[in-house]
Amino acid sequence: MSFYRDVTRKPWNTVGLPEGIDPRPAFNMPNEKVALIIFATCASVLFSLLVVSYFIRMTVGDWVPLATPTMLWVNTGVLVLSSLCFHFAVLQSRKTGSVRFGSGAGLLSLAGGLLAIGFIVGQYSVSAQLLAAGHGLRVNAANAFFYLLTGIHVLHLLGGLWVWGKAQLRLALGSDAKDARLSLELCAWYWHFLLVIWAGLFYLLIST
Amino acid sequence: MAYVPLADQDDAHALHDPQSFVTKYIWSQDHKVIAIQYGGVAIFVGLIALGLSILMRLQLGFPDTVSWINPAFYYQAVTMHGMIMVIYLLTALFLGGFGNYLIPLMCGTRDMVFPFLNMLSFWFYLVSVIILLASFFVPGGPTGAGWTLYAPQSISHGTPGSEGGILLMLISLAVFIIAFTMGGLNYVTTILQARTRGLTLMRLPLSIWGIFTATVLGLFAFPALLVSAIMMGFDLVLGTSFFMPAMMELGAQNDHEGGSPILFQHLFWFFGHPEVYIVALPAFGLVSDVISTHARKNIFGYRMMVWAIIAIGGLSFMVWAHHMYVSGMNPYFGFFFATTTLVIAIPTALKVYNWVLTLWQGNIRLNTPMLFAIGFIFTFVHGGLTGLFLGNVVIDVPLADTYFVVAHFHMVMGVSPVLVLFAALYHWYPKVTGRMFNETIGKVHFWCTFLGTYAIYLPMHYLGFLGVPRRYYEMGNTDFIPETAQVLNANITLAAIFVATAQILFFINIFWSLKHGEKAGGNPWGATTLEWQTPDTPPKHGNWGDELPAVYRWAYDYSVPGMDKDFVPQNEPGEEYEKNAHHKGA
Repeated sequence: MSFYRDVTRKPWNTVGLPEGIDPRPAFNMPNEKVALIIFATCASVLFSLLVVSYFIRMTVGDWVPLATPTMLWVNTGVLVLSSLCFHFAVLQSRKTGSVRFGSGAGLLSLAGGLLAIGFIVGQYSVSAQLLAAGHGLRVNAANAFFYLLTGIHVLHLLGGLWVWGKAQLRLALGSDAKDARLSLELCAWYWHFLLVIWAGLFYLLIST
Repeated sequence: MAYVPLADQDDAHALHDPQSFVTKYIWSQDHKVIAIQYGGVAIFVGLIALGLSILMRLQLGFPDTVSWINPAFYYQAVTMHGMIMVIYLLTALFLGGFGNYLIPLMCGTRDMVFPFLNMLSFWFYLVSVIILLASFFVPGGPTGAGWTLYAPQSISHGTPGSEGGILLMLISLAVFIIAFTMGGLNYVTTILQARTRGLTLMRLPLSIWGIFTATVLGLFAFPALLVSAIMMGFDLVLGTSFFMPAMMELGAQNDHEGGSPILFQHLFWFFGHPEVYIVALPAFGLVSDVISTHARKNIFGYRMMVWAIIAIGGLSFMVWAHHMYVSGMNPYFGFFFATTTLVIAIPTALKVYNWVLTLWQGNIRLNTPMLFAIGFIFTFVHGGLTGLFLGNVVIDVPLADTYFVVAHFHMVMGVSPVLVLFAALYHWYPKVTGRMFNETIGKVHFWCTFLGTYAIYLPMHYLGFLGVPRRYYEMGNTDFIPETAQVLNANITLAAIFVATAQILFFINIFWSLKHGEKAGGNPWGATTLEWQTPDTPPKHGNWGDELPAVYRWAYDYSVPGMDKDFVPQNEPGEEYEKNAHHKGA
């Protein structure tokens, strides 16, 4: 592994250009993807800490579990579909080698984003129903955690939609095919990541 | 999709030089301008924190002489001083300032990989500072809950700033964390992906290793602060009970139930301890380069130094609860955290030995940056040794609430990084401005600061032994403390005023030298690293002219036997790879 070889080398003993003259990035992928992986790791730390806090707060006697609304299953399904759309959009774009507005990959990515908006609307309506049913934030810490966890997850998704929106705009304006493919792949990675996070949160909410 | 490394892309594309004043100096995407913007704001806000500390010291040394310093203001000053110094000055200046300036230059790139994000990072930082300072002007003033913002104190009625100050503090922290994340993604990605030809990871200067590891720590530790700030904001604004227990507030039952203050402490310190190293690791890196350059000797044990930085970074996530020995935690926890805390002493001590061994038989030039760097070794060893005491539960329990702790963390986390900051500011000043500073004023500044801070913090340890409690606005019924303690306290205040005043020398020096300093030339120190090899000083937009530099050797080829000069720049071609006959360094 070159990374290992790199960090165990005795730098004072070597003069010259190792491995030819090419610059050697640590990861053979675009910088945007590296940054996205790092960002996703940060976000994972954030969600892990929220989950740990959830478990610690659960141990206090006043905790009354919140009955998870059935509609969350529907929302989860919508998010899975959204993620799948991005997945197939990427596959499609690899096959055809480009992404254009109105092409198969373009339409799939459009659908993916719209489904994500659907998910957010669904999450909002679940919260509204719970509030109307008297499960306010003040009533119990379990309720407060429900709004906090779903809210922060939705905020992350909104960030993704911002990037998605810009990508759609660029597609509509007919931007460089390479840029468009990268944006699409970044969206797909991020959507899958947020789906995994949501799966974890959803499991936490229905199992406790 | 074929990946084209950034350095190659840049060679192929013409640079778009910013044209107008606004794009060049205000909405600038140039890492050097952003670095100076970060540095300027950080130093400005740091001066406010310095002023607050003098007001606190006036109250402690000469109680009730300044009539308008009341207990509420005292606590607000304590809180704002701590938070500003740790986050808005040290974190911002080391990473936003030096990180931004040095990463692209030392890595041989034209800029950060995401310049727009980098610019946003600064403007978010500025907004966070403005929000923080705005809390001085809201009814009730800034929060006075202590820099740790412990719940339930921070959001209880009756705590200074519970009206609006605390909310502004939480919002400001959240904005700062967003700023840091945008900057941090840039620093890490640039270092990993955009290094120039021949610059392998193990050829990076230790400054970059320190900044890199600290940024990774920040990216993983700041989420803990963000989570606690959001949850505390919920408790404050929406009336939830994450941290707020049921209790009496101003004689009335509050509206909360079941919240866990200990949970807040865990979250806070899960951020708070790595934060110490977010500040310390860049300092370790920068000081290594300053020491090596001015001792004209390769850094001793380069690989050990790199691994020590990484080990300290990893361990820093496993020690947080040593800040909580007196929180009533399980003694077995205490034992675990005492052990991990003491284990951190190993890589840290290794670094100290290596700095000293770098100096050993070096051709030491005792100029201003070197004096500050050597001063740092002293203060860091002092602060580190008292840390060994406090890391043990049984010693920490009686000392936790005394001045001993104040002396310890100011020595290790206040004075030490600040001495490195000065070393680094003086060291890189000629590159940033193209002028030399005044050496005599610099040396006077060093001795006043170095001896002055000892006059402040050394006696404070003894006050701690006597049991003088920290956080007190004034001593109450503390008969067990001899009256002479107050004499010491007054002297500490005088020393603090002296040190604060001496900093004027620094500002006179850097502003005067901007116009009147000698022309520095490209490489006044005879340094090896890439930033000193730029075609222009100060470096122009794009840093490297037409062609990016190639790196042929590590960053510490000083006093190589058989060479004409006592340094060989990293970009100077040499014999072939793996053919070096000399045995250099450890």
